[in-house]
Amino acid sequence: MQEEGILRANRAVIDWRALGYEVEVSLRITLDKTQPRAFDEFMAAARNVPEVLEIQTFLGRVDLRLSIIARDMGHYQQLYRSAILTLPHIADIEALMHVARIKSDEVLPL
Amino acid sequence: MIELDTTDRLILRELVRDATQSASAIGRILGLSQPAAWRRINRLRETGVIKGQRLELDHEKLGFGVTVFLGVKLATKGRVSLEDFERAVSAIPEVQTVEHILGLYDYRLRVVARDISDFERVLRRRIMTLPGVGDVEANVLLSEERRPGPIG
Repeated sequence: MQEEGILRANRAVIDWRALGYEVEVSLRITLDKTQPRAFDEFMAAARNVPEVLEIQTFLGRVDLRLSIIARDMGHYQQLYRSAILTLPHIADIEALMHVARIKSDEVLPL
Repeated sequence: MIELDTTDRLILRELVRDATQSASAIGRILGLSQPAAWRRINRLRETGVIKGQRLELDHEKLGFGVTVFLGVKLATKGRVSLEDFERAVSAIPEVQTVEHILGLYDYRLRVVARDISDFERVLRRRIMTLPGVGDVEANVLLSEERRPGPIG
């Protein structure tokens, strides 16, 4: 499977709670698409924020989603103001607070 | 909360990149002896900092070309309906993850499908028939990037 490229990687999964990161937030972002390089520039800047765990792009109502972690609400507020709102070309941003993970198999229904 | 030093962080970084590396291989990279590297890796596992491993598969090569994130709002709330919904949604094989969230939606689902018409089948037959389901918003995943996180 590795040779055929089906198995791309085997990665360790970190429990961020064990390291003191209690808050997980999904930020749904709409970009200013009048800027032709909005996606590239936004993603390059988001990669420089260490607390960003995932960057996803979408076809739909939102353009991008960032998954970010913080130690507590105070830390989150500081991150949001200093590292997120300063990212380029944001037209709109919505925050969803993570409460619980009910299922996380990521198994394919083969 | 577990405190990590710089060496622990570098070990984590290596294991996130490739979890199959042996203690001696990681020791060589970071200039540690095999037993020293093993002790540290073992501590990271024992304390639960490393909670497992994830295989990254090429979904397209396995015939699953479409991943859709659904934001689901429940039409009726209350403890019983939440539990009914969670049980029913977790039983759908195409639903990979179910997250309970606060904000615009109540749940976020990650759904895989073979193609768009297969996704439509899942949406109509399985998602829209869930107990208590209200508003559903779909966003088709175009690209996804996982970052190492704040491990220095």
